[in-house]
Amino acid sequence: MSQLTIALTKGRILKETLPLLAEVGIVPSEDIASSRKLMFATNRDDIRLLVLRGTDVPTYVQFGAADLGIAGKDTLLENGDDGYYEPIDLGISRCRLMTAGMVGAAPVTGRIRVATKYVNVARRYYAEKGLQADIIKLYGAMELAPLIELCDEIVDIVDTGNTLKANGLEPRELIGDVSSRLIVNKGALKIKHQLIQPLLEGFSALVAAREQREGEVVSA
Amino acid sequence: MTKIDRWLLPDGIEEILPDRAIKVERLRRRLLDLYHSWGYDLVIPPLAEFTESLLSGSGSDLDLMTFKITDQLTGRMMGVRADITPQAARMDAHSLQRNSPNRLCYAGQVLYTRARGPLESRSPIQLGIELFGEASLDADVEVMSLLVETLSFCGLEDICLDIGHVGIYRALEQAAGLSAEQSGELFALLQRKDAGLQQWLATNVADASLAAMLAALPGLAGDASMLAEAKVVLAKAPAEVLKALSEVEAVASQLAECAPQAALFLDLSELRGYHYHTGIVFAAYTSESTLALGNGGRYDDVGEAFGRARPATGFGIDLSKLANLVAYSHSVAAGIYAPAPPALASHSEWAGEIARLRENGERVVRGFSGQHVDYDELHCDRVLMASDCGFTVEPAAANAVGDESE
Repeated sequence: MSQLTIALTKGRILKETLPLLAEVGIVPSEDIASSRKLMFATNRDDIRLLVLRGTDVPTYVQFGAADLGIAGKDTLLENGDDGYYEPIDLGISRCRLMTAGMVGAAPVTGRIRVATKYVNVARRYYAEKGLQADIIKLYGAMELAPLIELCDEIVDIVDTGNTLKANGLEPRELIGDVSSRLIVNKGALKIKHQLIQPLLEGFSALVAAREQREGEVVSA
Repeated sequence: MTKIDRWLLPDGIEEILPDRAIKVERLRRRLLDLYHSWGYDLVIPPLAEFTESLLSGSGSDLDLMTFKITDQLTGRMMGVRADITPQAARMDAHSLQRNSPNRLCYAGQVLYTRARGPLESRSPIQLGIELFGEASLDADVEVMSLLVETLSFCGLEDICLDIGHVGIYRALEQAAGLSAEQSGELFALLQRKDAGLQQWLATNVADASLAAMLAALPGLAGDASMLAEAKVVLAKAPAEVLKALSEVEAVASQLAECAPQAALFLDLSELRGYHYHTGIVFAAYTSESTLALGNGGRYDDVGEAFGRARPATGFGIDLSKLANLVAYSHSVAAGIYAPAPPALASHSEWAGEIARLRENGERVVRGFSGQHVDYDELHCDRVLMASDCGFTVEPAAANAVGDESE
C-alpha cells in the first residue's frame, strides 16, 4: 500500500490548515501544537504529515520527499515552480506582497537598493518596472533596513500594515496577493493518482463552498 | 588551491565507481541487445557537433542546456550534445537516407549546462531509440511498448506510463488567437495546473466555450475512463483536438493489450517538450521514482532542417539512474587470486594454468611478489595453489588481509 506524505507550513498557516485537513477527513493522531515532533501520523494509515518551515515545503515536494504540500504563494513565487503542480488556492492566510519605503523619502534616481528575503521576486519585479535594483538579502526585521539607510525600499508581505506604520514606513506598490496553495509533486500525481485525486476533490469542494458563502455575505 | 578543492567534482557531474560501473555497463549491453532484437540499428554519434545541426528544430530548451565552444578550425560554434535525438534525426535525414522505416538506437554520455531537476546528474548516460519514417499510431505504440519492455526487462515492477498529446493544447491555443506573451503565460499556468488558470482565462480569452475547454484541461487526467469525460468537455473543440483525442484513445487501448504490465495515466495538459514534439508524448515512472525514468514522443518536423522531413518518434532513458533501481541478484562472480608463482611450479606451467582458467570464463587476478593482499579489494573468493600433484583452486580464507612474502 503506498503512502502519502503531506508537508505543512508551521506557524499561522498551520493553524488555518488543520481545520481544512479535518474537513477532508485527516486528523493528526496527536496535538501538533504541543508536540516537538516534526512528523505526525494521522487517523488514516496511508497519510502522514510533516511540519516544516515554509521555505522548505516546496523543496520537500520538488524532491519527492513529500507528495503534497501547503505553502504560501510568496514562498512559491520565490522558490520557482519546477517539479510540482499548484492546483488549489486554499484561500487561507491571506496577505499582500508589497514594496514599502520611508514616509516622505525623496524618489530614488538611478539604481535602487532593496532589502528583502524574496530575492528572486524582487529582482524580477524591479526588472519588469525597468529599474536597476541592487538586492540585499535579509532574513528578518526588514522594516529596520530603510530606517538606518541600508536600503531605499523593502519587499515584504504586508498583513495589517501596523509594523510598517510603527517604523515610519508606508506600503507602496502591490506585487501580488498571497494566500496558501496546495502543491503536488508532478510524479506523485501520476503514480499515486488514486490516493491524491479524492483529496484534491475534497479541497476543491471546500474552497468552492467557502467562496459561495463569502459571495452570499457580500451580496446580502 | 587547497586539497579539498582539487578532488571536488562540479555539481551534477558524477563518476561511476566499479560496483556501479559494472552494473551500468552490463545493463547497457543487454538493453542494446534487446533493441537489436527489435530491429534497431546501433549508431555512435559524435560527442560534439556544430550547434546548427545539434540544436535544429529543438526549440530554446535545448539551446540553454548545451555547453558551447568555438571551433578553432572554422570559427563556427560547436556544442557538446545535451541530447542525442537531433543527432539521430540528422543521421536519418542526411547520412542514411533510407526509404523504409528506419530504426536506430544509441547509448552515450550527454552534458547539460543545468541539471533537469533536483539531485539529477548533469552528465547522464542517455540510452534511447528512434523510429523514423512511419507516421501511423502503430509506430507510437511500438516505441512505447519498447519503453515498457525496457523497464520490465530490468525487473522493475509498478511501471506507470504517462501519456499526453501536444496537439490538443496547440489547437486550442491557436483557436484562441493569443499573443506570444499570452501563450507563454497560459503554457506556464497549464504546466503548473495552476489554481489561477480560470481567472487568467476570464481576462484573456474572450470566447467562453474555448475558455471553458482550456480551463478543463488540467483536470482531464487519470486512467482511460477519463477519456469519456474529455469527449464531453471537448465536444465542440476544433477538429484537430478531436483527432488528437482519438489518437490518445487508440494508443491507450492498444497499449492495454500489448504492454499490460504498465499502468496508464493519461494527462491532456502534459506538455513535456512542447516546443519540439508534434503528437503523442509520454514518460515512464515507477513507484520507486517520482522523477521520470525515461520519456519521449513524436517529433515529425525535426528532419526538415536537414532537407528531409520524416515522421519520427522515440524515447530516451537515463541509464545510470535506471541501473540504480535494478537489483542484481546474479551479481558479478568473484574471481580467483593467483599469487606470484610459488617455488614449486615452473613459471610457464603457472601461466598456462592461469590462461586455462581465464578461457573457462574465470576472472583471475595475478599477484605481484610482495604486494598487499585484500581479497575484498581484489574481488576474489578463491586462491590458485600449486602442490606436488598439480594445481588446485582453494577457497580464500575469509577476510584475510596481509602482505605476500617476497
